[in-house]
Amino acid sequence: MNIVVCVKQVPEVSDADLEINRKGSDIDREDLEFEINEWDNYAVEEAVRLKEAHGGHVTVITLGDEDCEDVLRQSLAMGADEAILIDEDGFEMSDAAGIAKGLHGVVKDLSFDILLTGVQSSDNSWGQVGLILAELLGLPYASLVVGIEMGDGKATVFRELESDTQEKVELPLPAAMTVQTGINTPRYVSILGIKKVRKIKIKETDADELNLSEDEIGAEGSCVTSRKLVIPSIGGAAEMLTGSLDDICNKAAQIIQDKGGLV
Amino acid sequence: MENIFVIAEHRQGEIRDITFEMLNLGNSLAKENDMTVTSVLLGKDTGDIQEKLQKASDRVLVMDAPELADYNADYYLAALEGIIKEKTPRLVLIGHTSAGMDLAPPLSVRTGAPLATDCMDVRLTGDTLEATRQVFGGKINAELSLKPSATYMVTVRPGCFPDAGDLGKSAETDTIPVPEWTNLRGRHFLEYLTSETEDVDIAAADILVSVGRGIGKPENIPMVEEFATAIGATVSCSRPVADKEWLPKSRQVGVSGKTVKPKIYIALGISGAFQHQAGMKNADTIIAVNTDAAAPIFSVAHYGIVGDLLQVIPVLTEKFKNA
Ligand SMILES: Cc1cc2nc3c(=O)[nH]c(=O)nc-3n(C[C@H](O)[C@H](O)[C@H](O)COP(=O)(O)OP(=O)(O)OC[C@H]3O[C@@H](n4cnc5c(N)ncnc54)[C@H](O)[C@@H]3O)c2cc1C
Repeated sequence: MNIVVCVKQVPEVSDADLEINRKGSDIDREDLEFEINEWDNYAVEEAVRLKEAHGGHVTVITLGDEDCEDVLRQSLAMGADEAILIDEDGFEMSDAAGIAKGLHGVVKDLSFDILLTGVQSSDNSWGQVGLILAELLGLPYASLVVGIEMGDGKATVFRELESDTQEKVELPLPAAMTVQTGINTPRYVSILGIKKVRKIKIKETDADELNLSEDEIGAEGSCVTSRKLVIPSIGGAAEMLTGSLDDICNKAAQIIQDKGGLV
Repeated sequence: MENIFVIAEHRQGEIRDITFEMLNLGNSLAKENDMTVTSVLLGKDTGDIQEKLQKASDRVLVMDAPELADYNADYYLAALEGIIKEKTPRLVLIGHTSAGMDLAPPLSVRTGAPLATDCMDVRLTGDTLEATRQVFGGKINAELSLKPSATYMVTVRPGCFPDAGDLGKSAETDTIPVPEWTNLRGRHFLEYLTSETEDVDIAAADILVSVGRGIGKPENIPMVEEFATAIGATVSCSRPVADKEWLPKSRQVGVSGKTVKPKIYIALGISGAFQHQAGMKNADTIIAVNTDAAAPIFSVAHYGIVGDLLQVIPVLTEKFKNA
């Protein structure tokens, strides 16, 4: 069984102080650390597990700059067999459909049974790329996948709905799925593991080679004509407890008691 | 006729809250722009739902077919592609929910309508559509404008608009004929599954101490359990903690977990993503501890502590032990 996984490198933001660039078009990326998008990490793990269970070949693809080789190397270290990097030149300011077109250019020529992406990326959170890609390929698909069971020429897929509910659907293969976190426990990748795959050659391609014209991708092809980022004012509602650690804890203890905690 | 479409969402015979939230937004946009609001209802035997939609819409379009009884991308796409292409609504509102997230991106490809997903606010003025959404883990807002188009498509984040309820309208219902099903991809809905194994019911707890990824490692959880015991609370968590199996899935608060409304909710190392907030923002008192003063959790908390939970919790626990 052959599996294709699309992955993305994203900035780690939950612990970072974010600032917006002067034009207001993006965050300042200089001091940020980058990592594989959380959802994609689960997708790579799922692909490798399917390969381990059923045999086959796993190809990972990313669209980005040279530094994004890191997420491909990490995926190879997890057990992927092959990696393809689509140069982001020309794709800057693309919307989700523009990115999906780039991925489509590569994926359409691959032979596979299952195409996986994450549900969304933590940076833009559009939640669109995987499903637009499925539509461009004319594939059956399911989003928010938390379980995959392989059958004969088909897969039984568990989709996560609201309020602790799941939905079981059947898809004929080949099919596309967007993977939700928690579907598995991704394996840990050591530095040694990454060293071991350093000799695997990463295939490279770009918009020209994929015959994508300027009006299909990048700013021109995007349905978003302007984007302005602002840091929302938050904390307005919360009363912040300040002082020494002891002061803060005294205040917090008082609040907990007043509102009904054990004395 | 220029108007606004709201794709009604329902499951197992129940209309979903997001439908009335979208009707609220749809009606205010319609008022500003002198348009009408049409609810589009795909399903099987949806009489009860139709009645509710009539009170908050100017028109209800109903398609009734066994294939539409449960959400299935194949049939929903085929039905909506036809309806949207024929009627050319100005704006199509879809919920940013498990169904809407599944439906909207392919539907935008098929109809050619520019799509903005997970929007918290939408402004329609003349030819332009502007939307507000969150990026980078909810720490940044993005103000977008979409390319001019006859039809726009937006998925609306749950919980951003009040329930439209009964607006005193009495829309007429038009039945749309079921089309020849084309472009199907063989996806079949089989069944719904609800989780059975319950260790504790966090929704029944008066006080919840909730742990997020900021806890760092599972070895730190006993410290939080000790604190919870000291104040008579139950331990719950955010999604990553359940995903990593540091705590059981039944403890997860949020859209895909449980909705809770305790007297006190103490969020430790939880950033406050909207999917988490959706499950806890109605708690009577929310106290948040987070190292990041810009964490979105502070926008719903009543009391905030900017600090390391690993330092705060042991000291706070002592206050109760000594009391
Ligand atoms: C379809 C869908 C459904 C989802 N459903 C849910 C759901 O039901 N429930 C849910 O919770 N999430 C859900 N999510 C995930 C959600 O989007 C967030 O990814 C998740 O809530 C983040 O969890 P977190 O706040 O624990 O982690 P993070 O966002 O990583 O935040 C960790 C926080 O801890 C702080 N921190 C770090 N160290 C410390 C320390 N020592 N002391 C104090 N603070 C510290 C950091 O500053 C940060 O704010 C869903 C996502 C999707 C796409």
